Amino acid sequence: MSIVSERAATTFSKDLWMHAYRQMVRIRMFEEQVNELYTRALMPGLAHLYSGEEAIAVGICEALQKDDYITSTHRGHGHCLAKGATPDLMFAELLGKEAGYCRGKGGSMHIADPATGNLGANAIVGGSMGIATGAAFSAKYLKNGRVAVCFFGEGALGQGLFYEELNLAQLWKLPVIYVCENNLYNEYTHYSETTAGDICTRATAFDVMAEEVDGQDVQAVYETARRLIERARAGDGPSFLLCNTYRYTGHHVGDINREYYRTKLEEQEWKTVRDPIRLHGERLVSEELADALALDALEAEVRAEMKAAVEFAIAASYPAAEEVENHVYA
Amino acid sequence: MPDTEYRELTYAQAVREALAEEMRRDSRVCILGEDVAEAGTPFKVLSGLVEEFGTDRVLDTPISEAGFTGLAVGAAMTGLRPVVDIMFGDFLTLTMDQMVNQAAKIHYMSGGKWRVPMVLRTTLGASRRSAAQHSQSLHAWLSHVPGLKVVIPSTPYDVKGLLKTAIRDDNPVVLFEDKMMHHKLKGAVPAGEYTIPFGVADVKRVGTDITLVATSSMVQVALGAAAMLVEVGISAEVVDPRTLWPLDEKTLIESVKKTSRAIVIDEGYGRYGVTAELASVISEGAFYHLDGPVGRIGAMHVPIPFSPPLEDLTVPTEKALFEAARKLCRKS
Repeated sequence: MSIVSERAATTFSKDLWMHAYRQMVRIRMFEEQVNELYTRALMPGLAHLYSGEEAIAVGICEALQKDDYITSTHRGHGHCLAKGATPDLMFAELLGKEAGYCRGKGGSMHIADPATGNLGANAIVGGSMGIATGAAFSAKYLKNGRVAVCFFGEGALGQGLFYEELNLAQLWKLPVIYVCENNLYNEYTHYSETTAGDICTRATAFDVMAEEVDGQDVQAVYETARRLIERARAGDGPSFLLCNTYRYTGHHVGDINREYYRTKLEEQEWKTVRDPIRLHGERLVSEELADALALDALEAEVRAEMKAAVEFAIAASYPAAEEVENHVYA
Repeated sequence: MPDTEYRELTYAQAVREALAEEMRRDSRVCILGEDVAEAGTPFKVLSGLVEEFGTDRVLDTPISEAGFTGLAVGAAMTGLRPVVDIMFGDFLTLTMDQMVNQAAKIHYMSGGKWRVPMVLRTTLGASRRSAAQHSQSLHAWLSHVPGLKVVIPSTPYDVKGLLKTAIRDDNPVVLFEDKMMHHKLKGAVPAGEYTIPFGVADVKRVGTDITLVATSSMVQVALGAAAMLVEVGISAEVVDPRTLWPLDEKTLIESVKKTSRAIVIDEGYGRYGVTAELASVISEGAFYHLDGPVGRIGAMHVPIPFSPPLEDLTVPTEKALFEAARKLCRKS
């Protein structure tokens, strides 16, 4: 796509870019609430925050249709929200309440929602690659024009399943986009210690088209995703998108003392110079799509939305005991 | 059995008929596996299907058991009813994350929102001289996992009716076929449409002195032992649970209440295995009717050896079952 037409698309899409901004702010503020709930011991289990990576989920999901499919990961709140989940039902799920997306039986790492094409977050690293590829298989089989996006972190590059699915998807020209979010750390280990060779050539070895994008730039992610999605929809097969990004917080909320694997200076640099919300906000202002007041107002709205959603979840009931044996079988 | 015309079919022909009928009935049914199309599988169970249904519905996959099983999970969630072919039951180990952590859990974890209507067909059984990685009977592993259904048919009639039910079921179903039965075992199969519900055991032989609970090819072993027992004046009842989950506990227990004695025979390993579970069901359900401990016969607890005289030692036999039954009935 030429620079001129990209500019045209940008100007044309004020609503899109404002919506993208709102979605990123919603994810950031959702995760702030999760952190708060967790540290106040209101949230059981584990909490893996998506803060810092918002531009990827939002850039890609803005380019998808509602009935397109996604699979997500243990760090999945951002994907769910970006695909259209509502925060009240998500918080309810995180607290194990019956009103949650999965009646409280999935929790933070397993939010699923057929209404928004969310096939589910998966707590096995790389575990959803088959599911996403299978959704693409059925889209092709049923000729319904849908595509599937498989979100995963760079830690999943170590799983053999990925290579089996790349092979199958390319052989059968399936409409699936594998989105690798490289946030630099496999849990507490820098990816360079776990990942031999180049990342994109893992895909191109199968003749799967691969692209690399700045994962902190929501417009760049969106534009790239749109091309890959159109390509998939046209029957031209799978692709691989490497998004370079950063995880602002620890592997999970309890991972506080992180200096044995990364410096505070590094964290600070990403949080200031490369923050996706700040970068996009500055662009909105400089391109006169919004002014600072409008962005402040938007943030206040989202803050109120998240506060109400948390209150809903806290007030919601736990599932009754009968629920424990419900849904083992369909 | 329904009142209809019967044909004599092999076990493999019955499998093939079930698949063909369901594929004609429902365009969402497709087959995925290694050499399932033109080759019709190395066991020639699926011969002819690709000619009728084409390569869009009968798909040869790469040798990637985890890959195509995982693909089937996603396809099942999004509108298809895939039937996955895992050539040897031993290769189930390669699919375990997809079956155990994904397929089995998705309906529950999503609060009932997503369903995984898929079938995984695979094999069990030793005595093909195939050694330790092509001979195991791992059906107990899957039966341990909530969310999966496990089917283990012993006759052509049963496999056809149960496979059709499996394809129509909205849950992940694993169906085990003893590869020694595919072409060697024949039986009467109705020409007309029928299905067999899950969770209904079948009394393969009526008797009064002892119940032999047998699965898959061990049903033939039990029937052979029962014929030998007649010679020593013992009347054996042979009960086939047909599905390990759901399990028809009632039929097993009622049979043992009648006969007061039971031996469970299954080709899997006995330790923490199917015989352990079934014996426990019987012991709990018919304890006050039992005249002796519930016996168990399974594969020897060793990797299956290659050398024919060694391999034959590992598999339960008619003679071993006969001896155990005679001992339990205290007739020597």
